[in-house]
Amino acid sequence: MFRDALLVAGKDLRIEWRSRVALGQVAPFALLVLVLFGFALDAERPALLRFAGGLFWVTVLLSLLLAVQRAYAIESADGAIDGLRRSGIEPASVFLGKTAAVSIQIAVLEVLLGIGIVVLYDARVESPVLLVTAGAAAAVGAAAAGTLYGALAAGTRARETILPILLLPVLAPVLIGATRAFGDALGATAVDGWAWTGLLAAFAALYVAFGTLAFGVLLEEW
Amino acid sequence: MNETTGSTATTGSRATRVLGLACLVGLGILGVFAFGISPEDARIEEVSGETVGQGDLVRIMYVHVPMAILSYAFLSLCAVGSAMVLWRRSRWWDHVAHGAGEIGTLFCGITLVTGMIWGRPTWGTWWEWGDVRLVTTLVLFLLFVGYLSLRRVPGDPELVARRAAVVALLGVLMIPIVNRSVEWWENRTLHQQSTLTEMRIEDWTLFTLMLGFLVFTLVGAWMLVHRFRVAWLEGELERSGLDAAISERRAEALSGVEAAIARPGGGAGPAREVP
Amino acid sequence: MNDVAYIVGAWVVGLGAIGIYSVRTLARGRSLSRMVPEHRRRWLTSDTDAAA
Repeated sequence: MFRDALLVAGKDLRIEWRSRVALGQVAPFALLVLVLFGFALDAERPALLRFAGGLFWVTVLLSLLLAVQRAYAIESADGAIDGLRRSGIEPASVFLGKTAAVSIQIAVLEVLLGIGIVVLYDARVESPVLLVTAGAAAAVGAAAAGTLYGALAAGTRARETILPILLLPVLAPVLIGATRAFGDALGATAVDGWAWTGLLAAFAALYVAFGTLAFGVLLEEW
Repeated sequence: MNETTGSTATTGSRATRVLGLACLVGLGILGVFAFGISPEDARIEEVSGETVGQGDLVRIMYVHVPMAILSYAFLSLCAVGSAMVLWRRSRWWDHVAHGAGEIGTLFCGITLVTGMIWGRPTWGTWWEWGDVRLVTTLVLFLLFVGYLSLRRVPGDPELVARRAAVVALLGVLMIPIVNRSVEWWENRTLHQQSTLTEMRIEDWTLFTLMLGFLVFTLVGAWMLVHRFRVAWLEGELERSGLDAAISERRAEALSGVEAAIARPGGGAGPAREVP
Repeated sequence: MNDVAYIVGAWVVGLGAIGIYSVRTLARGRSLSRMVPEHRRRWLTSDTDAAA
């Protein structure tokens, strides 16, 4: 199962690497959103610094929508999904593989955005370990939820519009938790960032588990 | 058991009519209790001599509290129905889940709006981010709005049912997580803790709350039966392919006489089947 | 009565929303019922098994 998952993840990441869509479009979009927040908050440094964590995560979630849509667009093109289905790979492996691929893309995006908030918002990292751990937990949780709902939405005729309204409410706890953990790691809010990271990890575990179980139901319908 | 003529083309039956009548009578009685018999919530603080309590605003509670409890009940029923859809692939349970999801979302919306209307004069604000139940209920509402929009996207009924079932189950699973995260997020709550224990509650107030719960439960049940039948009819239409035949008939009616004349033989063939 | 506008507003919103939803559901049921033959509408033949 895990070997197949690695195969799927490798395939997705190779396609992304060759097409450069994630790097060439999603990453610039994310940086653009950071800049827009700068305009919206009137380029006020204390405010930007205070909300750096929250703005960072809103940007990540918006970019996640694009990444997930992209992850399924490559499947529906050229009947690629039929190949995947006929290859005999278990749905659970497809789910885990796609989740891994999206997680890695989100993690790369987080690194870019992290540099972005340091440069643009003057954020200072006080606890790098917490930052990385929380970022990784949130990336996996968000990617798992995104992959699951992405499959749901990809089967419908209104996939572009249905994905955000399904996915974003579900990700509310991720946004809250990751923002709090980052607030602690960036020294902006006095909270226990590790407790929040625990919540993020629990969310990730729940969604990975549920997705592994439920993906078969959803994959049948393509 | 057959109905009288003229009422056959509805989703009503004798049972729903009795239930509907009980609902109307119940709402009338509830109105009398809520606005007449039950007193305002006012007590004299012994030390300061000031009047405390919600005053007449407690009358909003008779609709707000039952709606809140019932919205959670209906959305849970939606989750149960969804689990049955995935387990048994049951069309019947899918209709139950759909109806319960729709009514639960409606009640959830009413809970939010009546709560805000109550909060404005009581807390001095329409919305309080620090309140756990408020924020959790809003996220739940948004989750199920998504569920209903997903259901509205046309497609193969069985696939729609399965997809929707996954969304509903996940939505209900999210409630504890959302609740916990909001609780930690703003570690304070404005909400009336348990009104029953913390405040001295007037007998008639308690009775009216219970009555409100009973009446709105009946109303919800009545709505669910009708909503179920509507879903069932839609399923029937879709399955028997009547849909296509009806739209064809409608098109014929629109084009009217011209179409009838243009057809070879000039006859009106109303029972023409779609190829 | 104090805060009449709030109290009446809340009740109007609550009952109004339920009322509008119910009327729309009944209307949908009416138009759909006309398109489905009577024997497929099982609550007409037996009241008990359709009470969902």
